[in-house]
Amino acid sequence: MDGQSELIGRGSREAARLIRGWFAEQDRAAAAGEPAAYVFVMGSIAEVLRSFGLHLVFPEIHALQTAVRHVAHDYLSVAEDYGYSPDICGYVKADVAVQLQDGRHPMGRIPKPALAVLTNACNTYLKWGEIWERMWHTPLVTIDIPGSREATRRDEPGSDGFERDRRYVEAQLRELIAACERITGRSFDEDRLREAMEYTNRMTAAWRRMLELNRARPAVFNALVDGTMYLGVMNALRGTASGATFFEDLVAELEYKADRGIGALPEEHWRLVFVGVPCYPIFRRFHELFADRGGVFVCSTYLWFASGGADLGPAYETDRPLESLSRGVLRDVRHAGDAMLFPDRHIVALLDGFGADGVVYHPIKSCRTVSTGLASSRKAVMAQRDVMALFIESDMMDRRVVSEAQLKNRVDAFFEGLHAKRVRSRAAAAAGAVA
Amino acid sequence: MSAGKATWPDLFTSWRSRPLGEALALCRDLVEDCDFPTVEAWRERGGKVVGHFQVYFPEELAHAAGLLPVKVRGAALELRHADSHFGSYLCSILRSSLEVALSGRLKLDLFVTHPICDAARNLAGVWARSLPYPAQILYLPQNGGSPHASRWLREEYARLLGELEALSGRKVSDEDLRNSIAVFNENRRLMRELYEIRRETPWLLGVDECYALMAVGALIPREEHNAMLRGLLPLIRDREARRQDRVRVVLEGGFCEQPPLDLLQVLSRSCYVVDDDLLIGLRWITSDVPAGGDPLGALAESYLERSTYSPVQHDVRKPKERMLLERIRGARAEAAVIAAAKMCEPGLDEQVAYSRALDEAGIPYMVTEFEERMSGFDQLEIQLETFIESLLFD
Repeated sequence: MDGQSELIGRGSREAARLIRGWFAEQDRAAAAGEPAAYVFVMGSIAEVLRSFGLHLVFPEIHALQTAVRHVAHDYLSVAEDYGYSPDICGYVKADVAVQLQDGRHPMGRIPKPALAVLTNACNTYLKWGEIWERMWHTPLVTIDIPGSREATRRDEPGSDGFERDRRYVEAQLRELIAACERITGRSFDEDRLREAMEYTNRMTAAWRRMLELNRARPAVFNALVDGTMYLGVMNALRGTASGATFFEDLVAELEYKADRGIGALPEEHWRLVFVGVPCYPIFRRFHELFADRGGVFVCSTYLWFASGGADLGPAYETDRPLESLSRGVLRDVRHAGDAMLFPDRHIVALLDGFGADGVVYHPIKSCRTVSTGLASSRKAVMAQRDVMALFIESDMMDRRVVSEAQLKNRVDAFFEGLHAKRVRSRAAAAAGAVA
Repeated sequence: MSAGKATWPDLFTSWRSRPLGEALALCRDLVEDCDFPTVEAWRERGGKVVGHFQVYFPEELAHAAGLLPVKVRGAALELRHADSHFGSYLCSILRSSLEVALSGRLKLDLFVTHPICDAARNLAGVWARSLPYPAQILYLPQNGGSPHASRWLREEYARLLGELEALSGRKVSDEDLRNSIAVFNENRRLMRELYEIRRETPWLLGVDECYALMAVGALIPREEHNAMLRGLLPLIRDREARRQDRVRVVLEGGFCEQPPLDLLQVLSRSCYVVDDDLLIGLRWITSDVPAGGDPLGALAESYLERSTYSPVQHDVRKPKERMLLERIRGARAEAAVIAAAKMCEPGLDEQVAYSRALDEAGIPYMVTEFEERMSGFDQLEIQLETFIESLLFD
């Protein structure tokens, strides 16, 4: 391969390799009976857990893998037979089925939980943890991370309100450390924590740069498809050397593409913002509904909240690691919450900053945190900007509520609207020029 | 309540000097009135209103600031304005709560929601985009086992109190707070008396009647509610009603969205509902909040340490299925009705744990779903009758 062909697409190939390796390592750990911490993407506190040598299991990731690999319905059925309602989070049900099947999922097997770390960023995290507690008597460490109280008012870092919440988060992080010491029998090693925090800083710096690079025309990656692969690495390898190297290499690849005008699509006609959670049961097909029309997702709120707020960039200063960690966790998880609960201001900024032509809202049955406010957010965004906004509902797991034909009809109509709007605005511009 | 309150006439007086049955019917009428006449009357007199979404809110803070705290708990009405603000997969109470606000039926000066579930935490954003007054989230600790939770909550209450003071234009002293705590302590004591009647002499007070009596409290100043309960409790105790041979059950699942009163009536006709979690936020604190010392600290500590349970509070010290078994045994119930509002994720999640615990304990139970706007109860009646008969003839 020549230099260019080796570089372009390297990120996607490497992401797939790293995720396969990560699942293989979990498989090995399960066989060896090694301790694992079950964590979630919004507030995984990976840096502390890695400093104790714990494997990290993200139930959200192995759950979504069942949908991407088109077997989610088998898992959902097992959980529904166990008693869970069709109307609750599909991730939870897929994981319940994995737990009931000795940790087996399409990519291997996960170890049993030695502890679980739950944040209040999502209420379902708390209910989920209670399920493991009942199944396995798993020790639960809950960390309250208070979010923004209002849509338009923020307690910025350094303010009294932020500091009050930060002290509470720091106290709880110390409780987590005590629990890890108790469970692993190891003493807390502050240097190992610093090392993990430094790796995370490198990852989030690159993550921020990666997102910014998609302002380029054409966009250098598709936030829905490529972005989701990168997101897997961001969460699974947070706080690791391989994660840091991956993202720094990825930035090099994307800068190369941006410099040379190499886009994610052969022809980019429409620049779109994605709001919500991907439609994993038809992940590739969903992307094609847009890509076939030349629509590229230049950014996505998913890459904010599901990265735990990593889009804000480096958060940690390692001279006083716990204080800094608490500040970073609060800042980032709060931001992730804002991206779901109060997204309109951010979406307007994205429309302006990325030169987007339209917004696609994709609320899903499974996740009320993300989905409840999206119809209202859409109204607010459309009141502020003259923009086309598509609103399509389905699910991230349950193919019973994914109607591809209906989705296609709506997407086709959306593109026709986009086209008509562009024609009108060009005509108006031409008329203005003549006048 | 406020300095002005002492000179204001009461908001709900029609029950006075009426026979018990009529008084209960008037309470039901008020609870089901989607125009919130008592709240409107309060506003017409110049009072300000804080609407708080289910489940628990420290109403003492609003009371001490001279504001009327009103529980926003949905309503059984046609949705004309709210539906376009939400997607498809949501419980009814969120939609109808926004509907009463958007339609102007319930006028507020501040709205507070809580992260009780993934849907409700969105309400502050939805409200702020749609209505002209402030809306905010009050975070309550989910890490109740932490020794730091109570101190943080005390600080959070202080933040909230500052905002309530700004809204009312009135500084709240510790003495004001202690007075309000005393009013609410009495209110909770009186509600405990209602539930004691339900447990000990359930033929005297049906679950639907008790509900109406209790729910009125979320619509009028609490002193008024206390006076009403003080007036009606002796009438309930002296009621002429015959004890019947009915199954004693506990109803679980009414912590947020409320089942229609007609549904509760169906239950009342078939069995004695001797305990429940309806409007549990009003009864969240299970014993008196200490009157002395730091009132904010006492309220915060009481939320965590003198409290009952619900599917929306995570506290590793309070396994909910164990608490349910305690509720059933405390009420000497023979069975349970495990309900959940449609699309209510916490309620539906908990049904699984409750069912398994009841199976293990050998306690019969029935699982069902409801919606605040449901109007047909035939199927539920058949299900219930079958369940009851299975208990009687087992």
